[in-house]
Amino acid sequence: MNDSKKRLINGNEVIAAAAIDAGCRYYFGYPITPQSEIPEYLSLHLPEVGGTFLQAESEIASINMVLGASAAGARTMTSSSGPGISLKQEGLSYMAADELPALIVNISRTGPGLGGIAASQGDYFQATKGGGHGDYRVIVLAPSSVQEMYDLTIKGFDLADTYRTPVMILADSVLGQMKESVVMGARKKSTPTKKDWALTGCEGRSPNIIKSLYLDGDKSSEHNRKLFEKYQRIQKNEVICELKRCKDADLILIAFGSAARIAKTSIETAREKGIKVGMLRPISLFPFPNQQVKDISKNIKDILVVEQNTGQMVEDVLISVSENARVTFYGKPSGNVLEAEEILCQIEKCMNKVGT
Amino acid sequence: MKQVFKRPESLRDVSFHFCPGCHHGIIHRLVAEAIDRLRIRTKIIGIASVGCSVFLYDYFDTDVCEAPHGRAPAVATGVKRVHKDRIVFTFQGDGDLAAIGTSEIIHAANRGENITVIFVNNTVYGMTGGQMAPTTMLGQHTTTTPRGRSFLGDGYPLKVSELLATLEGCSFVARVAVNNPANVRKARKMILKAFETQVNNMGFSFVEVLSACPTNWKMTPLDALKRVDNELIPYFPLKIFREKTMPGTQ
Repeated sequence: MNDSKKRLINGNEVIAAAAIDAGCRYYFGYPITPQSEIPEYLSLHLPEVGGTFLQAESEIASINMVLGASAAGARTMTSSSGPGISLKQEGLSYMAADELPALIVNISRTGPGLGGIAASQGDYFQATKGGGHGDYRVIVLAPSSVQEMYDLTIKGFDLADTYRTPVMILADSVLGQMKESVVMGARKKSTPTKKDWALTGCEGRSPNIIKSLYLDGDKSSEHNRKLFEKYQRIQKNEVICELKRCKDADLILIAFGSAARIAKTSIETAREKGIKVGMLRPISLFPFPNQQVKDISKNIKDILVVEQNTGQMVEDVLISVSENARVTFYGKPSGNVLEAEEILCQIEKCMNKVGT
Repeated sequence: MKQVFKRPESLRDVSFHFCPGCHHGIIHRLVAEAIDRLRIRTKIIGIASVGCSVFLYDYFDTDVCEAPHGRAPAVATGVKRVHKDRIVFTFQGDGDLAAIGTSEIIHAANRGENITVIFVNNTVYGMTGGQMAPTTMLGQHTTTTPRGRSFLGDGYPLKVSELLATLEGCSFVARVAVNNPANVRKARKMILKAFETQVNNMGFSFVEVLSACPTNWKMTPLDALKRVDNELIPYFPLKIFREKTMPGTQ
């Protein structure tokens, strides 16, 4: 199949376009900056392919419409930003418990509270540690280019169906508003999984029930164990991370999303100066690449973690690294965007410590 | 021998868990009768809510999805938008629909979603143990209005049917009771009409059913029946508040 095309498009619109390419035909959402291009694009283009776009009365309603459409067996999605994602956590918890697939996009803002619309990675904890009530996880994918926003959106729908679980794309306004050249439609079409659990009316079969209430202790334990085992399978099979220039490196920089993108410039400049820096970039934040971090920290003792927040992913790095690794954290509170120069400065500081 | 009475096919052959004198069982039966009558059991997708009504899937022999508290109309919207040829109904209590779910019910109604909502109003939170509901009557004692509901601070009992009837998107809105055989017969008719509205693709249909909760009212089942007549119906009148008819049928 070769119906690929190259387009100059921004990150938000490419997510919307990817959703249509992935066969998503039902979008439910609520406007919030900096992601409103997603619903705007879909309000125009979903009806063209026979799909449904619905602007809901609230974030809470929209995630529950997604719950309903997913329960009905459809590929479906919603998108929002920080405060709206907080409101969707109720529905996300239910969908994880109900084992319902869907794609949720968070083009995050600078929280807490209403915050601002600048770049931020402050929603890492909320995204990767469950977010809502109860003992669950959602798969979290963190693109760092517009091309990846396209590719990971399509992959996200496939993962959601494969594991019957919500999948989140976590990005920010740097990626959402940036235009890049993207190759679209090159990917082989995914085969939709047969959803014999879906609610379609019980013609010719016994009724299907989608629920998360288990008052019986044994049944509740059984259900939660089933979810836990699913998350273990996801951890085992679905880690995605990028290793760049690590072979000869004296220092490994770990960053994700927009921070990783900015740090790549810093690494190139450092290399020009003769400083051997490599990068490990988690693309799946849950499952986090614990083993990859552990393996690399056995050979390279110095690790610099860079985030556009005050220290969230660094906790996952710290529990993953081998015992004698030295981890330095550099975080910039969300608001002003990280700059390549300040990361370079941190790289140089770390290197001065190396060997001391 | 001629069979004159039987369990509706849409109900499973199990005993209800509801308290003695509770009207949920009657309302379940009336909904099941409507489904049987319209021969749509295998087209039904029910949406259970949070509260005593959550166990819908234990009683209805149909597909059922549980919704978070108050969100049943939003979940129903998602289901119905995918399966336009299926019949989708929610079954919600007064805490679920008239308090935490106020936003979802108003907007589903206003969009004219082609779904049917069965709203059980027993003026109290049942499952959580008898706290004040938005529909609790003035002066009514509950576990959170130990001195009786006062309009100062607690506000007035919410008249949901009247409120929804103001929305252009609604096609059918009625309030019924099931506290005596005459009212049960009228309720059966209204619930059937509500489902017919959806089957005919006419949009949003809503039936509020006044229901007794002897346990949380701290009354005998017989006194609870009388309370529906003496206290509830005068404030929550039984009538059709809004009814659109099929073009050309009037």
